[in-house]
Amino acid sequence: MKTFFVIVLLLLLPHLACALEVPQLRGRVNDYANMLSPGAAERLEQVLADFEKSDSTQIVVLTINSLEGESLEGYSIKVAEAWQIGRTKLDNGAILLIAKQERKVRIEVGLGLEGVLTDLVSGRIIRGDMSPHFKNNEYDTGISAGVSSIMQVVRGEYTAQPRDLKQGKKSASPAVTLLVFLLVAVVFLGSISKFLGGAAGAAGLPLIGFLTFPGLGVAVLAVLGGAGFVLGLAVTFLFGSGGHAGGFGGPFIGGGFGGGSSGGGGFGGFSGGGGSFGGGGASGDW
Amino acid sequence: MKRNMYVLLGLILVFTITGCGYNTMQAGEEAVFAAWGDVEASYQRRADLIPNLVEVVKGYAAHEAETLKAVTEARAKVGSMQVSKDMLKSPEAMAKFQEAQGQLSGSLSRLMVVVERYPDLKANQNFMDLQNQLEGTENRINVARVRYNKAVQDFNTSIRTFPNSLTNSLLLHLERKEPFKADEGAKTAPNVKF
Repeated sequence: MKTFFVIVLLLLLPHLACALEVPQLRGRVNDYANMLSPGAAERLEQVLADFEKSDSTQIVVLTINSLEGESLEGYSIKVAEAWQIGRTKLDNGAILLIAKQERKVRIEVGLGLEGVLTDLVSGRIIRGDMSPHFKNNEYDTGISAGVSSIMQVVRGEYTAQPRDLKQGKKSASPAVTLLVFLLVAVVFLGSISKFLGGAAGAAGLPLIGFLTFPGLGVAVLAVLGGAGFVLGLAVTFLFGSGGHAGGFGGPFIGGGFGGGSSGGGGFGGFSGGGGSFGGGGASGDW
Repeated sequence: MKRNMYVLLGLILVFTITGCGYNTMQAGEEAVFAAWGDVEASYQRRADLIPNLVEVVKGYAAHEAETLKAVTEARAKVGSMQVSKDMLKSPEAMAKFQEAQGQLSGSLSRLMVVVERYPDLKANQNFMDLQNQLEGTENRINVARVRYNKAVQDFNTSIRTFPNSLTNSLLLHLERKEPFKADEGAKTAPNVKF
């Protein structure tokens, strides 16, 4: 019991120390310390957006006024875990964090980039490309130089799949879950009446289609509805149960509601893609 | 109708077992092992860096033979330890592992303090690279340890709470895993004098 409390206390420790909140992810350039000129910030935002389009690798800049006593590394990993920069499974994200008051820089590297953007390389980028500019108060040049060095190093490590761009961060797994759920619903409803099973399929399949690909037209949804009805009936027959087959079979097209939330992509709606970090990268100062 | 009943019974059985945590507990144990793998890998990474570091420091600070020797010895001790998954069950083995790694951390940080006295060394490109790598590795160790402790806590809680505890004692017999404790140095708050 005693050790249990020790564990709990240990795990609480970081939370107690975390006075500093992770700021909101506003875009690729999060200049909370106002270190960049508006023009430079916009340019960087554009460069990084283009880079993500071609390479799928996400790089994000964050400047903060002060760490408020927290350790640079501890804060950095907290931001990385909250923002989840980089694609799921590829983990190809990197965060350039600058703490203005403490005069500290850190490049936090996603697990998928650790092979090229090693601690050594990150350290050299900070020491060689950024610190000298920062020492002269040239933050625009320093940050731009750092970002372009990072891009240079990781360019070509990953390339964007056409699917990535169209669907943003969404993967197929929610659709699969929904399909399994639908199957269960069809079997249960089908055991009451075969028609209900078919109806569930007719309603469910277009709905899943719509939620997964929000751009689908009415015609496609109607076809999905028809297919859903047939499949629903087939499944019901397969699990051969009582009830009586419904005589009429007009698939009711029901797709008009339920806005599927769109992720990733656009300028305003930037978000991390679910990348993981393991504490790789380097820290430096100026 | 009868067939339907079987299907239903089958489903109920599946859901009851999943409801009792049969799957979650095993998934939780695997998560602990995976997190432990990361811890081990990052400690190994540190051990691999040390010979290079010692070599570079030797070139500039040969007088610090004693500090260097302490690092090399601590590394040798860490290297000679048998590490396995079974270790996670045993508090003694974990304490020993942690002590050995802690000694290495201590001797390394003493070395880093000593190094401050050698400006030439500090300006050496090789040394700066190594320092970056070492810092990065220490940070990874930290992150991996925090994640491991989180996985252990989740797992330990899951095998002790009802109804999982019942499933575990009847079917799985999984043992609780040992988390990392705070390092000796971290336990005593530093004295600040004005």
